[in-house]
Amino acid sequence: MSIISVNLPRTQPAIPIVDKLHQWVITVDHKRLGLMYIFYALSFLVFGGIEATIMRIQLIRPHNDFVSPQVFNQMFTMHGTTMIFFAAMPLVFGFANYLVPLMIGARDMAFPRLNAFSFWLTALGGILLYFSVIGGYGLYGAGNAPDVGWFAYAPLTARTFSPGHSTDFWTLSLLVSGFGSIGTAINIIATVLCMRCPGMTLGRMPLLVWLNLTMAGLVILAVSPLTAAQIMLLVDRYLGGHFFDTQAGGSAVVWMHFFWVFGHPEVYVLVIPAFAFVSEIIPVFSRKAIFGYPVMVAATVAIGFISVSVWAHHMFTVGMTSFGNTFFVLSTMAIAVPTGIKIFNWLATMWGGKIHFRAPMLFCLAFLFQFLTAGLTGIMLSSAPFNWQLSNSYFVVAHFHYVIVGAILFALFGAFYYWFPKASGRMYSERLAKLHFWLFIIGFHLTFDFMHVPGILGMPRRIYTYEPGRGWDAWNLIVTIGVLFQAAGILAFVGNLLWSYFQGKTAGSDPWDAWTLEWSTHSPPPEYNFETVPVVKSRRPLWDIKHPEDPDWKYE
Amino acid sequence: MSTLSTAISHLLHRPSSPTDIFAPVSTPAKSIFDLSLFVLGITGGIFVIVAALLAYSAIRFRKRKSDNGGEPAQVYGSLQVELAWTLTPVLISVVLFLATARVIFQTQHPTPPPGAIEVTVIGHQFWWEYRYPGLKVVTANELHVPVSDPAHPTPTFLNLYSADTDHSWWVPRLAGKTDLIPNHPNSMWIDPHETGLYLGQCAQYCGTQHAKMLLRVYVQSPEDFASWVQEQRQTAQTAPSDGTASEGRKIFESVACINCHTVAGTPANGRFGPDLTHLMSRETIASGVALNTRENLRRWIENPNTLKPGCLMPSMGLNNQQLDAVTAYLVSLR
Repeated sequence: MSIISVNLPRTQPAIPIVDKLHQWVITVDHKRLGLMYIFYALSFLVFGGIEATIMRIQLIRPHNDFVSPQVFNQMFTMHGTTMIFFAAMPLVFGFANYLVPLMIGARDMAFPRLNAFSFWLTALGGILLYFSVIGGYGLYGAGNAPDVGWFAYAPLTARTFSPGHSTDFWTLSLLVSGFGSIGTAINIIATVLCMRCPGMTLGRMPLLVWLNLTMAGLVILAVSPLTAAQIMLLVDRYLGGHFFDTQAGGSAVVWMHFFWVFGHPEVYVLVIPAFAFVSEIIPVFSRKAIFGYPVMVAATVAIGFISVSVWAHHMFTVGMTSFGNTFFVLSTMAIAVPTGIKIFNWLATMWGGKIHFRAPMLFCLAFLFQFLTAGLTGIMLSSAPFNWQLSNSYFVVAHFHYVIVGAILFALFGAFYYWFPKASGRMYSERLAKLHFWLFIIGFHLTFDFMHVPGILGMPRRIYTYEPGRGWDAWNLIVTIGVLFQAAGILAFVGNLLWSYFQGKTAGSDPWDAWTLEWSTHSPPPEYNFETVPVVKSRRPLWDIKHPEDPDWKYE
Repeated sequence: MSTLSTAISHLLHRPSSPTDIFAPVSTPAKSIFDLSLFVLGITGGIFVIVAALLAYSAIRFRKRKSDNGGEPAQVYGSLQVELAWTLTPVLISVVLFLATARVIFQTQHPTPPPGAIEVTVIGHQFWWEYRYPGLKVVTANELHVPVSDPAHPTPTFLNLYSADTDHSWWVPRLAGKTDLIPNHPNSMWIDPHETGLYLGQCAQYCGTQHAKMLLRVYVQSPEDFASWVQEQRQTAQTAPSDGTASEGRKIFESVACINCHTVAGTPANGRFGPDLTHLMSRETIASGVALNTRENLRRWIENPNTLKPGCLMPSMGLNNQQLDAVTAYLVSLR
């Protein structure tokens, strides 16, 4: 249903393609920037996927020689860096950019120019990283891209061990995109705090907005130390500093602390927006209000706070004291409590509802099962002694891919299908979306379920080849086969987006009969978002309009 | 469906893997194994219950064909229910935390008993140096330790150092891993209860050949260990009887080999590469990459990059005759 009845002129005079592109380049519109973040991130998702595929082909059997050790090491470094910094983060920021102003009834972000600046910094970062392929050489002299691993432990990054410029490209790309991330985080916080429409108190914000606010706070806390560490590394490499230069008395462990003080909150920077999508999609497709809204907000903020105190659970094997280890076991296990609360609240939201199994909901259901599993393997890893065995093994690789692919990427796919009609004005193909879902879920489970096993059988990560006779061969073969299904799923996804954009049915402003403000404006929304400033009285303003006899504000 | 079931089925019919963390033969690995069963049991239980609830609600509350199109009853929350599913995870976390803390304090840094052996482990790109300060033995890549009888324990304490980048010492059946970090000495211990060969490999990315920095631990009876120590303490033959070998020794000592390698009792005293005094007492070369045969040794000397691309030992550009001679010399180092 459409609430606004003003008809906009839908046909505009034809604009030359160059001018069109120019408009995208100079835009400060949050929706265009959001979409640019997403297109940019999707292309890096494909690059990162190609790198992963190269690694999986190399590991399909022991003593394979598909690529050299140097190339393999570059592949896992580029894959990790690309996926975290140039696929996952821009995707999350893109959705936040697009949705937060719309959901709080604002015209744009608080600082539109800062928003554009942040995007272009992030874009420059990704380009710098890939420029390393022609601009710098690595450890062994022959390579090009960085090969120090995505967490680039000192002193491997010192000039002694990493001559040439490949590590510099890695450092500079994260430094530049880090400033972009901080800019976006400041922007989201300012937007949420200052730009809400009349009536939208903090307690009436959609959960997605609350979760993105928490995410933005975490970005500032997490990315700042990483940025500081990159500057220190540059000082070491070019100005004779000794922060991490162990040959001159520096400390390798200090780099680990800096990196993981960033690295663990970073997981929550990525997964909290995934929670946000699920918290919007599950209620709409179960036809029920979210269960326990205040508890969900409290659990999110609690996760935000606890997540900055758990970083050294990545460092159980570096030889901390028993008390140090015990503290990080405790803080890590504590985070399971608010996380569990979230899962139970989503479950309770579905309970007693009428669940519509459309593509966004299917991805969210898969998210629930996979996030549950990822959380439980996380508890195993948080038990420090068990971690002494599992750390740096393929079990860890499987665990965090369960989080990043099984939870975050699945939620993102759900979000793509859910908001595609809003952003494009067209409906996606449900049939292709379900094909995508089934291919991807089969591929995901083939790859990442079976990847746990070689870890338990003692296979460390980051090895370009392995010895026969360790009992790892069959598992690695299955893991590689799963990649085929995942790649086919991604093809169905991209095909669906393209086909639906040109051929899809017109979606209308509110195809899901949903309840938040973005569905009250046109699809795609005009540049100014809302013709009149919306006024809300509850968490579900559109429910109130659709059910005047029984509005939400009576109960909140 | 997923991780837990694979892990459990794996426990039931254990495949033959020499690096299985669930086949412990040493106290640290055993106490981790016991703890991990406990953790697996609890997390497995949680998985079954929550996944069943999720599946039930997805099926039970699906939109039916006969649906009248109206909205279901709107429920906004319940404090009692929230409290229940907050307190239960809190209790479970406390139990898991206590069980974990106990094993941490049991396993880390115990006081060495009188019969303990101390070994200094130094990680290098991409090989392991082992020094037994009490026994005056220096070797590389193949660690020999005595079996430890629980009644009269003779555990081995490893003091871990790194000469360059980060490494990690991981032999899954003996203990969890501990990192070797420059400027950050670490320690760990093992007390293998059964003799045999235990495998592992470096578990912290350390550079190009991280994958071929393999670990071999030979657990020997006290007698075998004592005679191994006896052998290792002798210096090398100073005058090889074979003509080719003595020619090889001249070449060895006149090209750069001796800058990096030590052969005790000769001018070769380099510390950058493995000690070669008793090279032929080892079963493998290049940190476990190849069997220690005359052919492999010759290939290795000719161009180490063919066996281990990216390793730090350079090819000396020797001709065939020189290669034969140097190989003959090395083969004489017993």
